[in-house]
Amino acid sequence: MRKLALSDEILLQIDKPARYIGGEVNAVMKDPEKVDIRFAMCFPDVYEIGMSHLGIQILYHMFNERPDVWCERVYSPWPDLDAKMREENIPLFALESQDPIRSFDFLGITIQFEMCYTNILQILDLSRIPLRAAERTEEDPIVIGGGPCVYNPEPIAEFFDLFYIGEGETVYDRLFDVYKEYKAAGRSRREFLEAACQIPGIYVPMFYDAEYNADGTLRSFTPNYEKAPAVIEKQVLMDVTHAPYPTAPVVPFIKATQDRVVLEIQRGCIRGCRFCQAGMIYRPTRERDVEELKKWADAMLKSTGYDEISLSSLSSSDYSQLPELINYLMEICPERGVNISLPSLRIDAFSLDVMKKVQDIKKSSLTFAPEAGSQRMRNVINKGLTEEDILEGAGKAFEGGWNKVKLYFMLGLPTETEEDIKGIAHLSEKIAERYYDIPKDRRNGKCQITASSSFFIPKPFTPFQWAPMNRKEEFLEKAAIVKAEVRSMLNQKSIRYNYHEADLSILEGVLARGDRRTAKVVLEAYRNGAIFDSWSEYFRPEAWEKAFRDTGIDKDFYTVRERSVDELLPWDFINAGVTKKFLIREWEQAKAETVTPNCRQRCSGCGAKCYGGGVCFEGEN
Amino acid sequence: MKVRIKFAKEGMMKFIGHLDIMRYFQKAIRRAELPIAYSGGFSPHMILSFAAPLGVGITSLGEYFDMELTEELPTEEIRSRLDREMVEGMRILSARRVPDGKASKAMSLVAAADYRIRFREECGFSEGWKEKVPVFFAQESIKIWRKTKRSEKETEIRPWIYRLEVQGDELWMQVSAGSVFNLKPELVVEAFAAYLGEELPGFACQVQREEVYADTGGDGGRVLTPLEELGEEVE
Repeated sequence: MRKLALSDEILLQIDKPARYIGGEVNAVMKDPEKVDIRFAMCFPDVYEIGMSHLGIQILYHMFNERPDVWCERVYSPWPDLDAKMREENIPLFALESQDPIRSFDFLGITIQFEMCYTNILQILDLSRIPLRAAERTEEDPIVIGGGPCVYNPEPIAEFFDLFYIGEGETVYDRLFDVYKEYKAAGRSRREFLEAACQIPGIYVPMFYDAEYNADGTLRSFTPNYEKAPAVIEKQVLMDVTHAPYPTAPVVPFIKATQDRVVLEIQRGCIRGCRFCQAGMIYRPTRERDVEELKKWADAMLKSTGYDEISLSSLSSSDYSQLPELINYLMEICPERGVNISLPSLRIDAFSLDVMKKVQDIKKSSLTFAPEAGSQRMRNVINKGLTEEDILEGAGKAFEGGWNKVKLYFMLGLPTETEEDIKGIAHLSEKIAERYYDIPKDRRNGKCQITASSSFFIPKPFTPFQWAPMNRKEEFLEKAAIVKAEVRSMLNQKSIRYNYHEADLSILEGVLARGDRRTAKVVLEAYRNGAIFDSWSEYFRPEAWEKAFRDTGIDKDFYTVRERSVDELLPWDFINAGVTKKFLIREWEQAKAETVTPNCRQRCSGCGAKCYGGGVCFEGEN
Repeated sequence: MKVRIKFAKEGMMKFIGHLDIMRYFQKAIRRAELPIAYSGGFSPHMILSFAAPLGVGITSLGEYFDMELTEELPTEEIRSRLDREMVEGMRILSARRVPDGKASKAMSLVAAADYRIRFREECGFSEGWKEKVPVFFAQESIKIWRKTKRSEKETEIRPWIYRLEVQGDELWMQVSAGSVFNLKPELVVEAFAAYLGEELPGFACQVQREEVYADTGGDGGRVLTPLEELGEEVE
């Protein structure tokens, strides 16, 4: 039997010991003596969140296919264990072998959201790896960052040896091969990084210098090592069908957030919502072949024993083979006692028909994401959903027996007026009215409309990357306006309104568009005790406030300032596929309240055609 | 076909709680592609019934659950197909066909269980404890303080301890379990410690359940029969 890194005493005193013992179904065990590379794959949040992430499962599977690599997993110890590990001097370990992370060749960290940055430091700290890359020695693993946040890696650049910009399936093999060569030859860490930086998509922060103007904006960003490329090219997996996929994913013992088989049907999104980073950086949209997806669904249900399967993509309704795939799932799932869950479906006749078959109408709710309350505002953000679409969809659903609706909005969008803000209440009211249009004997009690708003955070590589963000006070005032307007509606009793935490949004805003100097704040906040910032029970705004004060970093510089399109942005050294010209054009279109058609209607010349595939070449064969 | 499964839960699996073990078996049954029966409705669930929940931290060589299959299969095939789907620490020990009917439900049958108490190094009782065990057990009354939701009350546990003996360096006991009186083995150890006038440090012993019994004695007195013996092998 495997020996665990933690004693029985500790495991029996902490919450959910199953988070730390490994040994799950489909976890991969190898003989450490027989591999050349040991890779610790980390999601810097608690196990249940990390285990729900598809990207890690894909890479875990892909890396372990190589006989010379053993990839294991590690997640953030929950604060109860964190305290014990510090108290008793226990180093952080990987789940499979239970060996200390510091003895690994690589520590790969997937960075899905800005609010995990202090957890990255927790992982390094508990692993006893120096927090700054510059302080690491030959004894430390190479620390790699990947995931959507690395499209602006600068606020955490000094904590990483290298970043992998783009989709993981593409150049990891090359990176491993180079590493093996260097390890066998006994070459140094520096020498390996020098070779690695020449692999497309690999960014080694220490090989670049940033200089600033007197007003604080970036003056220059240049390589200080002659072979480091001036521009890092995003890596894209063009053949998404013949690609590695975890047909036997690891199945946790405890309930994970995503406790089901996940089938990624496509990558990218044709819609081009102007606030959405994923919709820009995952271009071009690439569909997986439906026949292959059927085989994967089958294999994954068999290998995991899950009782639910879910489709994953940014906008499932845009997948051209959706009816065929869903019909297939409806054929094979019920007889095995497997439920089908269908997130991110556009509400129309087809989806309602499917939902009726696979869900319990009484328990399920319909979800719309209008993102903004008025049509004007939706035109600004290029959200193609019209009021008519929503009312028609909701109407059909109400007649079909549904009575619960969830609506998602954003507050603080560029050019927003009071009318746009009140529009959230007005749209909710119209939906409620549509419900009560149905004769009393044909409806299902009262309707429940839940409108939620988050605060808009401008993100790199979107047309809104230059836009000013609101201050906390403005956000809260706007939320108060919506609240009051909802109260004044005729059907206010059927409408519930809630909004996100404002402090957290501001912080996310700073980190999303921060530069290298913001690393100081992250480090200070961590030293002040900030970890698990995205967990409201652990979020400590005072730890961050103190960090801003002590480092002299001005939040407003990063959030409320409108940037000019000529400004050199901290992430401009990355080529994410969408050109700056396109983003500027979209920023202008937004201000002119003009809608840009989606990729299938008309190519908007974003630049992603250069990858030679996907939706850009649909119909051209 | 109603099937009773006996399984072992050892090693690190002791950290997996009862509800998660139930979910674990639902998945294992699907992976083994056994023809399990489902309840109706929008989210159908498997018809499974676990005998006696096991606390986190306790290992076991005698856990049970019953399941309903929609077709007859040889019991050895059921055992081996399910066993193939186990992770390290879990073993399927037997599969037996049991008669249908509510009265035979594993959960309602439970009357007693065997436990083995292993003391961690340097954590046991002081010298000479082994000789005191039979003396302790020979008492007519053994009372302990039990915490209830509202208060603490004194409870008589002696009638519910059926056997208590020293085996090697370990303490072995057979005690009442189930709905009539569920006696936790830790309480017996605690009572014995109090009898010795000693206090064990936290996490001093590793508890292992070894068997779960039904009482088949009827009015003529207690006859304990392991749950698996109420079923039969089918070829």
